[in-house]
Amino acid sequence: MKGTRVDGGKGCSILLVDDEREYVAVLSKRLRKRGFSVTTAFTGSEGIQELRRTDFDVALVDLKMEDMDGLEVLNIFKKMVPELEVIMLTGHGSAHAAKEGIKKGAFDYLSKPCDIEDLIVKIEQALRKSESRESEA
Amino acid sequence: MELQTGVKRPDKESQNNGYYRSLTRKMVASILLVSITPLILISMAILYYFEASYKEKVEDYLKVLVKKHRGQIDGFLEQRLADIMVLTTSYTMEQLGDGEFLEKQLAKLHDAYTHAFVDLGVVNDQGVQLAYAGPFKLREADYSKAPWFKEAIKTDYYISNVFTGLRGLPHFIVSVRRETKGHSWILRATVNFEAFNSLVQSIRIGETGCAYILNTRGDFQTEPACPIAPSSGPLKDFVQAAEMLTTRVHIIERKDDFGTELLYVMAGLKGGNWLLVYQQSAADAFSVIYQARTIATVIFGVALTSIVAVTFLISRNMVRRIALADRQKELMNDQVIHAGKLASIGELAAGIAHEINNPLAIMMEEAGWMEDLLEDEEAKGLPPLDELTRSIEQIKKQGRRCKETTQKLLSFARRTDLEAETVHLNDIVEEVVNLSQQRAKYDNVTIVPNLSQNLPPVTLSPSEMEQVLLNLISNSLDAMKPNGGIIDIWTYCDEDHVLLDVEDNGPGIPEANLPRIFDPFFTTKPVGQGTGLGLSICYGIIKKLGGDITVSSTVGKGTAFHIRIPKAQE
Repeated sequence: MKGTRVDGGKGCSILLVDDEREYVAVLSKRLRKRGFSVTTAFTGSEGIQELRRTDFDVALVDLKMEDMDGLEVLNIFKKMVPELEVIMLTGHGSAHAAKEGIKKGAFDYLSKPCDIEDLIVKIEQALRKSESRESEA
Repeated sequence: MELQTGVKRPDKESQNNGYYRSLTRKMVASILLVSITPLILISMAILYYFEASYKEKVEDYLKVLVKKHRGQIDGFLEQRLADIMVLTTSYTMEQLGDGEFLEKQLAKLHDAYTHAFVDLGVVNDQGVQLAYAGPFKLREADYSKAPWFKEAIKTDYYISNVFTGLRGLPHFIVSVRRETKGHSWILRATVNFEAFNSLVQSIRIGETGCAYILNTRGDFQTEPACPIAPSSGPLKDFVQAAEMLTTRVHIIERKDDFGTELLYVMAGLKGGNWLLVYQQSAADAFSVIYQARTIATVIFGVALTSIVAVTFLISRNMVRRIALADRQKELMNDQVIHAGKLASIGELAAGIAHEINNPLAIMMEEAGWMEDLLEDEEAKGLPPLDELTRSIEQIKKQGRRCKETTQKLLSFARRTDLEAETVHLNDIVEEVVNLSQQRAKYDNVTIVPNLSQNLPPVTLSPSEMEQVLLNLISNSLDAMKPNGGIIDIWTYCDEDHVLLDVEDNGPGIPEANLPRIFDPFFTTKPVGQGTGLGLSICYGIIKKLGGDITVSSTVGKGTAFHIRIPKAQE
């Protein structure tokens, strides 16, 4: 595991939306350690406010939150910033809802608990996708 | 060896047998009641009305017959009386008192009426026969003591009862009284008894019908042509009332001294002095009724027998079917309970898995964070670093195990989430076989697909079916460790189903374990190596498709799983 450290996250901004505060805390620390700039939000509406304030490259959204369904948040994010890449985090192992998210425009999904390395690979893929779109534009 | 998901209950079976027997009895009883009761009522009613109307018809016929004969007999007697009356009005006593003249008159009467009279005689008021013509020597015979003479001298016309008299032969007398010069005299004639007798005897119907005449004392006036009970008692009360029957005809049914049921038809004769009786045994007169009764009894018997037989057959058959349906229902109930058990366990498991998943994620991330920290420069030289790293690695490893379990639980509980597609089973089998070949090679196992090329498509979720196959193959691979072996996968089809068999030549499953093999959390693997959910997931997936999964296994020879999936609707 040790040799697979990814350090390509420099300058890349991530919005992490999840109602599990402890999870958000530790995951954001780990991502920041790897050079990502992480903004956290503990509810769907907080996430929307953050997105309104700042531009992000990638958003990580939990599928199940107390105030708002992850799919709803995804919908709103995509409406606000269509080029924003969203990776869904599922807490309940159901691939179905996550696949539904992909249909609605999410980049991909990961089920919790996930390896940090897997997550970073997904984030980098999402970044490359948005970069290639920008260069096309 | 075939596993039935229904649970057998031998004690319940014997209890059921009693129940089905009583059910059969109840059915037989009620069918018999509702079918035989109307049969009896209808038969009895029809027979009763038929008998009544037929009896009436027969009796009417006999009454008419007897009335007609009464007319004939009365006519015969009146005619005889008229014959000699003509003589008394045509000739004087002197003329008739001459024996030769009387002979001539008798001869004339013989010519006219073919021997209706036997003899003629003229009797004075002292009872002495003055003249006689006939076959006997009765001139000068004294009748003063004869009962007939005592009666005859009192009335103008007289017909006597039958008696033997001086000649010692049964006969009766017809007489006319005249008066000449203040003295009464009588012209008497003996009626040919044979002719009269045969006139009465000619009334014959059937085998036992016969007629005779009784006088008011109950003596026979003609010879009955049938056996008569010695006392002729039954009619004693009627001969007294003969007078009342001169215009009517009476009919009665009585037992005679021989015990035979007899039908008597009676009519008064000769102004009520005689009673014409026609008798016939009831069995003979009403033979048609008796015949009908016999036929009805036979038909009734046959009907009854067949009703009883058919009732028993039908009841037994129906109860057998009910029993079968009950057994199927029970089996289905068992399956429903089993499925329900699986579903509730699934829900419970999903709840637990979900609750565990989030803390687990945090724990693993925290472990990861610790790892991250240990890699920092400041951490270098922290003793004993290696031990910390190993410990964190262990936490992460066990966390992954937990994660695998929760994810299996969740997929077991939420398998309905996946969408079904119409696919070819062979494609899925091939894909799974390809996926498994690498591991199989490592375990020294050969997977041999034997796929029928003419399979109809099936409707299912490919990833679910993959999961089923992977589970089965994975189980076989585990079972065949470390010697390896062969896994044969067969696909084929029947009319409505696509069938798939996964067979291995591994060690087999002990019989005691077979019934529990699809139960959740049942596992024979060492702790930590199996969740006991794989086959329950398979069972749930196949059952949800409306299919069936069974297992057969022989210890030492191998195990085969048989899957049956309904083919896709067109």
